[in-house]
Amino acid sequence: MTKEIRLAKQKRRNQKIAFGVFQFTSYTVVGLLFVILSFIVIKGISVISWEFISAMPKEGMTQGGIFPAIVGTLCLVFGSMIFAFPVGVLAAIYMNEYVKDGWMKKIIKQMTNNLAGVPSIVFGLFGMALFVNKLEFGDSLLAGSLTLGLLVLPVVIRTTEESLKSVDDTFRQASLGLGASKWQTTSKVVFPIAFPNIITGLILSIGRVSGETAPILFTVAAYFLPKLPTSIFDQAMALPYHLYVISTSGTNIEASRAMAYGTALVLIIIVLISNLLANALRKYFGKKVKMN
Amino acid sequence: MLSSAATSITVVLIVFFLFIEGAGVFTKKPIEEGFLLAVHSTNPIKKLEPSQVKDIFDQKITNWKQLGGKNEPIVLFRTEDITEFYSDEELGENFEHFPAKIDEYVSKTPGVIAFFSDKYKAKNFHGKELEINKIKIFEFLSGEEWFPTAQPIAQMGVKALIYGTLWVSFGAILLALPIGLAAAIYLSEIARKRTRNILKPLIELLAGIPSVVYGFFGLVVIVPLIQNVFGLPVGETGLAGSIVLAIMALPTIITISEDAMRTTPRAMKEASLALGASHWQTIYKVVIPYSASGITAGAILGIGRAIGETMAVLMVTGNAAIIPHTLLAPLRTIPATIAAELGEAANGGLHYQSLFALGCILFLITFCINMMVEFVTNRNSHKKH
Repeated sequence: MTKEIRLAKQKRRNQKIAFGVFQFTSYTVVGLLFVILSFIVIKGISVISWEFISAMPKEGMTQGGIFPAIVGTLCLVFGSMIFAFPVGVLAAIYMNEYVKDGWMKKIIKQMTNNLAGVPSIVFGLFGMALFVNKLEFGDSLLAGSLTLGLLVLPVVIRTTEESLKSVDDTFRQASLGLGASKWQTTSKVVFPIAFPNIITGLILSIGRVSGETAPILFTVAAYFLPKLPTSIFDQAMALPYHLYVISTSGTNIEASRAMAYGTALVLIIIVLISNLLANALRKYFGKKVKMN
Repeated sequence: MLSSAATSITVVLIVFFLFIEGAGVFTKKPIEEGFLLAVHSTNPIKKLEPSQVKDIFDQKITNWKQLGGKNEPIVLFRTEDITEFYSDEELGENFEHFPAKIDEYVSKTPGVIAFFSDKYKAKNFHGKELEINKIKIFEFLSGEEWFPTAQPIAQMGVKALIYGTLWVSFGAILLALPIGLAAAIYLSEIARKRTRNILKPLIELLAGIPSVVYGFFGLVVIVPLIQNVFGLPVGETGLAGSIVLAIMALPTIITISEDAMRTTPRAMKEASLALGASHWQTIYKVVIPYSASGITAGAILGIGRAIGETMAVLMVTGNAAIIPHTLLAPLRTIPATIAAELGEAANGGLHYQSLFALGCILFLITFCINMMVEFVTNRNSHKKH
């Protein structure tokens, strides 16, 4: 009897230790997030001012602002979305609503997964070979946007597919039962219901695109430009690339450190806002759809 | 219809362009364009391997006998050495006598191997131009030295880069896997629903931070830390890369293994508890074995993400192209090499193509990893039905 009690006690003690360790590690992971974020916020907040956001870089990027980099990143986000969003959404609609389960769907799915797994630097190589050299766009916003667009295509397709899947089949059956065609059902019933979630995916992709560096290294990014891009065939500066160059290879790394903290903070703010916005929207629309 | 094929078309195009450009490495001679290697006309050697040329110029091979030729010491000659043998007047003000003098020098030195530009080759050159073999795939993979712009012969050995990539990635996974698993167990089995709903989005937020920001954080925080703790001359080491990559791989590992654990049927857990097992025993005897394939998939995907990661690694690992023996030394990975060197490589040149060949290797590695994940998760879904 006492032996059993001892065993039971031991069992409970083991469990307590194990659970304690697990809880501690989980909070450590979240703690890491806060360490990284607060470090950059604390170091960067004093740098950020209206001038920092709205002025051109000065004196070898140790003074002034990062306006051209912000503009460049916005252009790239816009350009890549113009390409990736329609293509991705159409692809997902076709895959989810029209293609029957079979080998073809399997292959397309597999290819989408593979594309998602391709390292971003390989996209950079590919963009350089195809858009910059073969199609002779040169280092340009067009080449960079297309490269980034291909990079987020799998993200757009996946999130859209998931939102289409979450639309209850009864909606489709009801619509078809009322005599609507397949296309009418898709465009008038399924798509509007799924739309809020699709937008969530779009916002997530914006966060992803604005932070990517490797794909734009050789397709669009410029170290320093005295003026803003005026056409899609111009080079542009971009926030992530700007952060990379001023923290590793600027003319005076120590002097431009403050600028680097500021740039990192602006970049993080853009990415976090898009992530939080996407989360909030998902929650909001999630509730709304359920209520209907 | 067409748009749904967009991803497939892209994958095919990526493969096509990478391999077309990358294959160029194996069809070109590894000697810089417009340059040539020549020997004395009586030298019986006609052809040399790239590695032999390198050994000659590194003075590891000093006699033609070692290469199967005559017993004759090798005399190295580069264009700039000409000034040692001829005065400025003899060479002419605008180097107009260069070709004649190089020709003269080569013909009077039986053991010579001369490396010079095509434009200095005399019309009736008396030496013999050497043929250089192309780089073989095996040499490319097993060569230990990566000096793609070296003179006179480019060294394209990717072994050091492959080792560097693997060291950093496995270091990262060793750090991230236990932490990630512990967190996943806590989130899926132990934490209350409310805690979980707060923690999980935060962990996913970690995945949203751009890699260049991780690199920057590693550069200003982790690199000096490692330098001080281990008393190293430089903090940019493989370990710094592993730590940064571990943080970046954590969200992937946690999310995927947590999802897998949550698919454990309730009935199985309840049966285990009803038999008198404690909660903890149920977790490691029932939940973990049941979700093993999901956890494996998470770990493999984490490795995949680490192998392909570019910017963060480029910024913190020091980029020394040597085979690492410890994580406390600078090393260099495949993606970092591409990112660092492509900007300087001339379009369509050998260096440019060799970087595309590196891209091919990277693509193949990640492709295999994706296939493995697919295989593991498929096996899992069969089990369930």
